[in-house]
Amino acid sequence: MKFGVLVSEGPFTHQASDSAYHFVKAAIDKGHEVPRVFFYHDGVNNGNRLSSPQQDDRNLIKLWGQLAKDHGVDLVICVAAALRRGIKDDVLAEGFRISGLGQLIEVGMEADRLVTFGD
Amino acid sequence: MLHTVNKSPFERTALAACLRYARDGDAVLLYEDGVYAARKAAATTPDVAAAAGRLRMFVLGPDLAARGVAADQVIDGIGIVDYGGFVDLVAENAPVQAWL
Amino acid sequence: MAEPVAIPEDEPGGDVRKFMFVNRRAPYGTIYALEALEMVLITGAFDQDVTVVFLDDGVFQIVKGQDTKAINMKNFSPTFRALEGYDIDKLYVEKESIEARGLTPEDFVVPVKVLTADELAGLMAEQHVIISS
Repeated sequence: MKFGVLVSEGPFTHQASDSAYHFVKAAIDKGHEVPRVFFYHDGVNNGNRLSSPQQDDRNLIKLWGQLAKDHGVDLVICVAAALRRGIKDDVLAEGFRISGLGQLIEVGMEADRLVTFGD
Repeated sequence: MLHTVNKSPFERTALAACLRYARDGDAVLLYEDGVYAARKAAATTPDVAAAAGRLRMFVLGPDLAARGVAADQVIDGIGIVDYGGFVDLVAENAPVQAWL
Repeated sequence: MAEPVAIPEDEPGGDVRKFMFVNRRAPYGTIYALEALEMVLITGAFDQDVTVVFLDDGVFQIVKGQDTKAINMKNFSPTFRALEGYDIDKLYVEKESIEARGLTPEDFVVPVKVLTADELAGLMAEQHVIISS
């Protein structure tokens, strides 16, 4: 099956990004496809390469980037939400791209399910 | 369909809204802080136990463990699943509504 | 599983899917209401079958008389009237939510249909995608 995922909160403050990450990993491990993860509202902060969590803690930004690299998951940061929050190309983490809300609607149209992780 | 609830019933009305909307036979997954709704011997227990009778209710094991809720503290009739089980619930039920 | 609706051959485009946007939060205290509306507007450009539901505090998003000058935020309630221009005219409020809050359809900036939670639950089950804010 194809799953689309919407992440509506930023890393660390809410568990949403962690939960979404574990869900996507488990879906891929089970042989499903996750063509796109769309980051909206404060979720755009998951794409900030300047995030520096403590050394002994998980680095969510890098974990997402690795998922994109290993499995081709398209990580899309919403441009309108990103601009408000200061997420631009020069702070964008590896594996992410900035694009429009249409990308969320498109994955909603083509995937079998859309799952939302938020607060 | 599948309903997900990720906030505690003591913090938000999300679970209450979910239970108003979930129809007999729908699946409900409690995860993140929503797992507190699965606990026995709480003020929320009778309503949740009743819901577990008409719905297919599940709770995410990793979130229970993180919060120190042991399996025997979970209401009878609520199944404990891992992230793989979460994925299966999504695959087997459409659509998915997240009660935030 | 929700199947895509087959569209007649004389219409352009691919499958039309049912998208529901569920709004449960009040405006201004958080950004969710505004950014959810931005999502609904974009969906209008995709010719999908869109339903917008207001329940719990979401019903406050569409009340008349919002004057945001003193809080220095944009009053986005007039934008709900633009939805019709995008053929998004299935706007529903939950009966129980408006009654609990002492509201009636006359209090809203747009025409809405009042449905019970039961009726909305039935509608939800028919959707392909539900986006909750």
